[in-house]
Amino acid sequence: MLDVKKIKADFPILNQNVNGKRLVYLDNAATTQKPNCVIEAISDYYKIYNANIHRGIHTLSQKATQAYEDTRVATQNFIGAKASQEIIFTRNTTESINLIAYSYARFNLKPGDEILLTHMEHHANLVPWLELSKELGVKIKYIPLTADFRLDLSNLNQLITDKTKIVSVTLMSNVLGVINDLTAITELAHKFKAIVHVDAAQAVAHMPIDVKKLNCDFLSFSFHKILGPTGVGILWGREALLDSMPPFLTGGNMIASVYFDKVTFNELPYKFEAGTPDIANVIAAKTAIEYINNIGYKDIAKHESKLTAYALEKLSGQENIIFYGPVNTINRGSVISFNLKGLHPHDLGQVINEEGVAIRAGHHCCQPLMRLLDISGTIRASLYIYNDEDDIDILVKTLKNAYKVMGHVASR
Amino acid sequence: MSLQDELYKETILDHYHCPRNFGSINSASLKLEGLNPLCGDELTLYLKLNNDIIEDIKVEAKGCSISTASSSMMTEAVKGLSLDKAINIASEFKQMMLNKNEITVFDETNDDLNALAGVKKYPVRIKCALLAWNTLLQCIEGNNTENDNLKNSKE
Repeated sequence: MLDVKKIKADFPILNQNVNGKRLVYLDNAATTQKPNCVIEAISDYYKIYNANIHRGIHTLSQKATQAYEDTRVATQNFIGAKASQEIIFTRNTTESINLIAYSYARFNLKPGDEILLTHMEHHANLVPWLELSKELGVKIKYIPLTADFRLDLSNLNQLITDKTKIVSVTLMSNVLGVINDLTAITELAHKFKAIVHVDAAQAVAHMPIDVKKLNCDFLSFSFHKILGPTGVGILWGREALLDSMPPFLTGGNMIASVYFDKVTFNELPYKFEAGTPDIANVIAAKTAIEYINNIGYKDIAKHESKLTAYALEKLSGQENIIFYGPVNTINRGSVISFNLKGLHPHDLGQVINEEGVAIRAGHHCCQPLMRLLDISGTIRASLYIYNDEDDIDILVKTLKNAYKVMGHVASR
Repeated sequence: MSLQDELYKETILDHYHCPRNFGSINSASLKLEGLNPLCGDELTLYLKLNNDIIEDIKVEAKGCSISTASSSMMTEAVKGLSLDKAINIASEFKQMMLNKNEITVFDETNDDLNALAGVKKYPVRIKCALLAWNTLLQCIEGNNTENDNLKNSKE
């Protein structure tokens, strides 16, 4: 089991009071906190070997280049990729998905083709496709949800056909907490020669990612969800696919030769990394991978499952609570969405915040899902390795106070 | 007094629990939807005008306590006023919420509005308080532009 006390000590930010109360950080689905080692990796780069990469001949530049490329190899191993050049550094998951939309979909889809998404996608995996559908005249279809908030695959045969060219689906919902079994989807998609992108932005914090086992063609996530810095995401793609694609952004670093009247492009992965990247944060991302690996996903999952079960049980005792997601720990991560009947999530969020508890209140970048559930938003508590039962108890206590502050409101 | 008590003053909660002029007007002269994309607060504003007097006003609001209470107070404040006077109050209200240096205090007629002054201390909630007022201003402005266009086309 995890030694939460010891882990907590690695995260300096947690050792503070907010609104006069001990900070209880339960907004991990939005971003996780950073351990000392990650913070030090960033400052070491700036203090000791800050230099631009890939072009310099001097020692600092070589050192920085090596560290930057070390993260690529660490990421390759982290997700079981065949080659390190299959790892493209981006700013975040959103940029990764835009890269697929612009550099793959734009050149491979024609009017009448279809893209398949699900009703539980984050705006990051909706808006780029919606924009593209306007431009290309392609159709977007959705896998609906079952009453217990899981993907309804009963009509998959009608949803995936020879018109389907791209299937883009999340491995774990950032609202409902469910973890999706994508086996049937990828099998059928590949049968019809569609490519499959997996949005692993949430999942990567909770389970090991193996692109071979997932049997996908593209996968994306951001490091800030796994204790790493903001500003660094990755797109993984099969080498042949990436090779066939034109660059997304153009400029420095992504070129082979430039003349006044023509340009040839660099090889993978540099073709997709135009301009000076976020060097310090890419380097520190490797430290985050090491920190996660040292703890191990097995223990992370055990801890999360136990804590989620505890939270669901304690929250269930709260009057008028409505959960949006399974009230069990089967195939679900530690993201729990709920409302208290009659209270607006922002009012409830404010009451909770006053007690030093950081939760998220709102639509969580999933407005279509909120409309489907017919709510304006939810309260979302998302737990991670430094949270314990005490944190849950404090959250539950703040809820007891909510009706006292706000009064009961009849729904209009 | 805790921060919470200050934010959720009795007046605000009263308007939240029993919003005034809640509903729609079938024969509305003006109608406009307002939206806070960040928090999903929505409202539809209905105005019935008699020349330039706001004869009736109704709001269908779906939002948090601050946005609901603020829209309820807005309807009470501008009902029966001329459009120009309504614009003045709306501008004063925005001044109260947005001007860091000056303190705006409303007189007895509009005393309820003073209850919302505390929202200023919670920057993320200011937009909730402003939604109804901005929608009102846009609604009147849109009407003016329309009239101007009509005038221009006649000329």
